[in-house]
Amino acid sequence: MSQYYSELSEKVTAKLASIESVSAIVAHGELTIEVSKENLIAVCETLKTDPELAFDTVIDICGVDYSSYEGSMACQTRYASVYHLLSVTNNHRIRIRTWLDSDFPVVDSVVGLWNGANWFEREAFDLLGILYTGHPDLRRILTDYGFIGHPLRKDFPLVGQVEMRYDANKQRVIYEPVSIEERVNIPRVIRHDNRYAERELAAMAQEAADARKAAANESGDKA
Amino acid sequence: MSEIQNYTLNFGPQHPAAHGVLRLVLELDGEVIQRADPHVGLLHRGTEKLAESRIYNQSVGYMDRLDYVSMMCNEHAYCMTIEKLLDIEVPERAQYIRVMFDEITRILNHLMWLGTHALDVGAMTMFLYCFREREDLMDAYEAVSGARMHASYYRPGGVYRDLPDSMPQYEASQWHNQKEVDEMNKNRQGSLLDFLKDFTERFEAYVDEYETLLTNNRIWKQRTVDIGCLTEEQAKDLSMTGPMLRASGVAWDLRKMEPYEVYDKLDFDIPVGTNGDCYDRYVVRVEEMRQSNRIISQCIDWLQNNPGPVMHEDHKLTMPERMDMKQDMEGLIHHFKHFTEGYMVPEGEAYCGVEHPKGEFGTYIVSDGANKPYRLKIRAPGFAHLAAMDFLVKGHMLADVVTVIGTLDIVFGEIDR
Repeated sequence: MSQYYSELSEKVTAKLASIESVSAIVAHGELTIEVSKENLIAVCETLKTDPELAFDTVIDICGVDYSSYEGSMACQTRYASVYHLLSVTNNHRIRIRTWLDSDFPVVDSVVGLWNGANWFEREAFDLLGILYTGHPDLRRILTDYGFIGHPLRKDFPLVGQVEMRYDANKQRVIYEPVSIEERVNIPRVIRHDNRYAERELAAMAQEAADARKAAANESGDKA
Repeated sequence: MSEIQNYTLNFGPQHPAAHGVLRLVLELDGEVIQRADPHVGLLHRGTEKLAESRIYNQSVGYMDRLDYVSMMCNEHAYCMTIEKLLDIEVPERAQYIRVMFDEITRILNHLMWLGTHALDVGAMTMFLYCFREREDLMDAYEAVSGARMHASYYRPGGVYRDLPDSMPQYEASQWHNQKEVDEMNKNRQGSLLDFLKDFTERFEAYVDEYETLLTNNRIWKQRTVDIGCLTEEQAKDLSMTGPMLRASGVAWDLRKMEPYEVYDKLDFDIPVGTNGDCYDRYVVRVEEMRQSNRIISQCIDWLQNNPGPVMHEDHKLTMPERMDMKQDMEGLIHHFKHFTEGYMVPEGEAYCGVEHPKGEFGTYIVSDGANKPYRLKIRAPGFAHLAAMDFLVKGHMLADVVTVIGTLDIVFGEIDR
């Protein structure tokens, strides 16, 4: 699996070289490429039309708010739009991540390439406030009519901002600020787990050994 | 006289054929649909946001409530993604149990779909027949997890516990005397596997029964043939997966294309349609029930002969045995840590999809190394299918809208999340 995706990764970077030198990572048997938002449409077009790649189906589009991310992965800006594509023809998948502006996240819409992207982009707009330019119908989709805010942003409280109830005097449903408080039973913690450290060390040692071997082979070839 | 213009009709959210809380704004020209605009989100509970504030294992229960007619398949996708990030292998017996329950779930889902779809189109009997068989499978759910629907049975690392040796029995009451109860308990004398074995032997005949009612039924055909057609290209373009894609003639099934768990060791076929209309989707789903039945009986044979662990043995990640917790210091610590802090998932991101009864159900987890997911995205097949509503009903008559909603097999728990 990983072998196949390493080869696919080389293929993809080679084919996209004329547009942009994308960074490709293969982890857990999945291929992820990072693309700048200016080139997203051109990259997607190549991925869709090239017969060796032929990504004909959008599996998922989602936004991610990286503002409170505590891991070591370099987060260039606050938002990212993540696309999962599938090629039914060739049976392989790819993940594309494109980093968006922190203040005003905008990216071109891919609805022109895949019609299935329509609702996924509406959802990302609704829940994270990412604007997809060129989208035919960018309305809210999951939240209430007249909802304010974007719930999946990290600064949006879990309990929300308004609650509704039926007011017997006014004889209609009214909205009020929330009366409940957020309760955290189990705090969020990150522990540096030695088992994973060992695994990483072993991987690093393996890598170094491979490099040494390659170097030895090279010098052997020269001799 | 003023020119007669299109008029707008509000369909749902309390319409019985809307399968839950679908509000559909239809623009009609006479009785012909010009535009359909589904308004969803009436069942939005913010599962993704909630999961960000819960430790990994606490969200297993939320997964049941997404697509609430195929509960265990949802859990499966979630658990598999975590296992991928943790890089752990599930014991083989647990894999067989999961596959067996995935297929039970598929039959449960398809029976529910068939019953309600036929009811919408006008065949009352189907509804009663389908619910009769669902009852047996619900009992299997109950025997294994204690709950008829929201099981929370799968855990990252395996399944919660091994299959039970005995089935719960009916007791005599003012509605059923002892003689009737003995009859009802007849197939419940052995273990859960014996009970399921008995079911798989009966089920083939039940499916024949459904088919005699519908497959060559003139009214059924008039209502479903050539309604909501999708070609292969259109289906792919609209992100269709599962039976929706297969009915259009694409032999795409994750169980075969990206075999997970033990599907590569089992023998089953993938039914494929030709026209991609509502009738083909019906035929595909009915055949899928027969294939699921085959898979279940193969799993039963294996499970009866191969005892073994059903949970990963690293108790830093999974619950220790109850006995260990009571007698062993380390077991007690593991138990305490498991419930007060959970386990950390190494930093990274992963997507895992399963062949859910409705299509590809996947979860995408971004982890920053904490005991809670940083971001959980649920890819629900129904969401993509309902998005194609406008495309499917345009130019059809008003009555066909009900058929198309039925054929999409939508459940609002997963669409609204």
